[in-house]
Amino acid sequence: MSFNSMELMICLAARNLEDNSIVVVGTGGPCAAAMLAQKTVAPNLNILFEAGGLGPELPSMPISVGDSRTFHRAIAATSMPEIMETCQRGMVDYTFLGGAQLDMYGNINSTMIGTDHSKPKVRMPGSGGANDLGSLCWKTMVMTVHNAKRFVKKCDFITTPGYLTGPGAREAAGLPPGTGPFKVITDLCVMGYDKDTCRMQVESIHHGVTKQQIIENTEFELLWAKEIKETAPPTELELKILREQVDPLNYVIGRAG
Amino acid sequence: MTNLKIKDNPDLFVKPDVNGMREYFRNKPLKMVNKVTTVKEAVEKYVKDGDYLGVGGFGASRIPAAVLHEIVRQKKKNLGLSGHTATHDMQILAAGDCFNRCDIAYVVGLEARGLSKTSRKAFESGKVKAVEWSNAALAWRYKAAAMGIPFMPSRILLGTDTAKYSAFETITCPYTGMKLAALPALFPDIAIVHVHRADVYGNCQVDGIMISDSDLVRASKRVIVTTERLIPHELIRENSDRTVIPYFCVDAVIEVPYGSYPGNMAGEYFSDEDHLQEWLEAEKTDESLKKFLDKYIYGVKDFNEYLYLCGGIEKLRKLRNQEYLIDTNK
Repeated sequence: MSFNSMELMICLAARNLEDNSIVVVGTGGPCAAAMLAQKTVAPNLNILFEAGGLGPELPSMPISVGDSRTFHRAIAATSMPEIMETCQRGMVDYTFLGGAQLDMYGNINSTMIGTDHSKPKVRMPGSGGANDLGSLCWKTMVMTVHNAKRFVKKCDFITTPGYLTGPGAREAAGLPPGTGPFKVITDLCVMGYDKDTCRMQVESIHHGVTKQQIIENTEFELLWAKEIKETAPPTELELKILREQVDPLNYVIGRAG
Repeated sequence: MTNLKIKDNPDLFVKPDVNGMREYFRNKPLKMVNKVTTVKEAVEKYVKDGDYLGVGGFGASRIPAAVLHEIVRQKKKNLGLSGHTATHDMQILAAGDCFNRCDIAYVVGLEARGLSKTSRKAFESGKVKAVEWSNAALAWRYKAAAMGIPFMPSRILLGTDTAKYSAFETITCPYTGMKLAALPALFPDIAIVHVHRADVYGNCQVDGIMISDSDLVRASKRVIVTTERLIPHELIRENSDRTVIPYFCVDAVIEVPYGSYPGNMAGEYFSDEDHLQEWLEAEKTDESLKKFLDKYIYGVKDFNEYLYLCGGIEKLRKLRNQEYLIDTNK
């Protein structure tokens, strides 16, 4: 069965969500991944939205993390402080974040491109809830297309903390211990982080992708796991559920080529 | 305002003057009287050039669109803006060139819908002074203000450039020795929110998520509430567990049916995605934006005329179907 890169990333992200865990998601790919996980590997996954939706039965893909779908038949319709405080208490396992730039420690830029903050070349939305979620949730995941403009040596601006400058830096800055980047899922490979150096490390490569291709599309030097597997492709069942139940209107999976 | 010596920081647009605010709140008209007015009068009376503004809802969900339009129509200038999930609300205010400083959590974008060119230009031109925060940071700054304390300790922002371009201090926890971000209380001059139900005194009920509105209205000096419908005071008392804003926080109440349009209103109507796209399209050139604003904001006398231009009852009926997940074609 053929599939596009967005479908691939969503299926791989879904497999990384454990049953009975709690995840804060935004709209788009991450939300699709969480919905797919609920219908496959994690039927008891609890989805939270930062505007206050807690445990909805999502009838369709939300357009906004604050729209009424995000608390449709929910366990509770709460508030932003309630969701963020749940994260700060240590009760939220996962979050998914995106951004324009990512460095080897998983630091994320979603604020600006350029060097002058008072007059940025490109102004982007900023943290939104990203800094909060990346600071407070146990495991942060990123789903993104893989190219050298995105995977950079140095972010123009660190909006959200990854491992900052390496081992111990998060804790030294005052962030809760034991938290941080977990997986990066791209259209080329799946990466994790090396325990000793906190640097991004390739774990599996997608079918048809070469190591060279990944190197060329990453500005910084990647680490490579001892045993690099070929990524298990999406199954027919995963794709069927994704296309028929999660995103029948092609709202998210239609975005990739 | 008081004898409190507050650390000077030009990036801190609003000082956490808790004693001054106690005096202010003490002297605020706190009587339970009829506060029903019009959007025009409320904006004339309560929104002043240079004020610091907090907007309720979530960008394009449960937003006080009628008041935002009126702020543009009355050409209010040099506002400070709390950019807490500011999406379509910011787009409206940017189109009117209404603000010159912004505490940023989320700005410029309309989530998956795209980026507002006008909002982007406001920052990229250097015209708007930007200070960085996050959604939780602004939510907790409102909360500290609502609690009447000068700051809220938290474990966010630390170690990043967001912190470098922010305006908070760090402190050492007196109990644990931990390093914490001390988020300064944020007391807006004016808050504008849209709710489902209110009585004439300003007691308000909301269906669904509150986002940060509970704290925003308690933190603000003046509060304008628009409501989908006015209900008798008796109904507030009969369902008192649903009351989320008490009258004494509120200065003005205006009944504005479909007041969150083109935003979503939980249980009432879904967002009008076509019209939101029309907004984004209109922003492509100065000329098209001017034409768009002349048609929809400057050229109408009130929000009702805008709703009529956008398709009136028939459009709103469709959005209600959409909200209820009713597909009339099936």
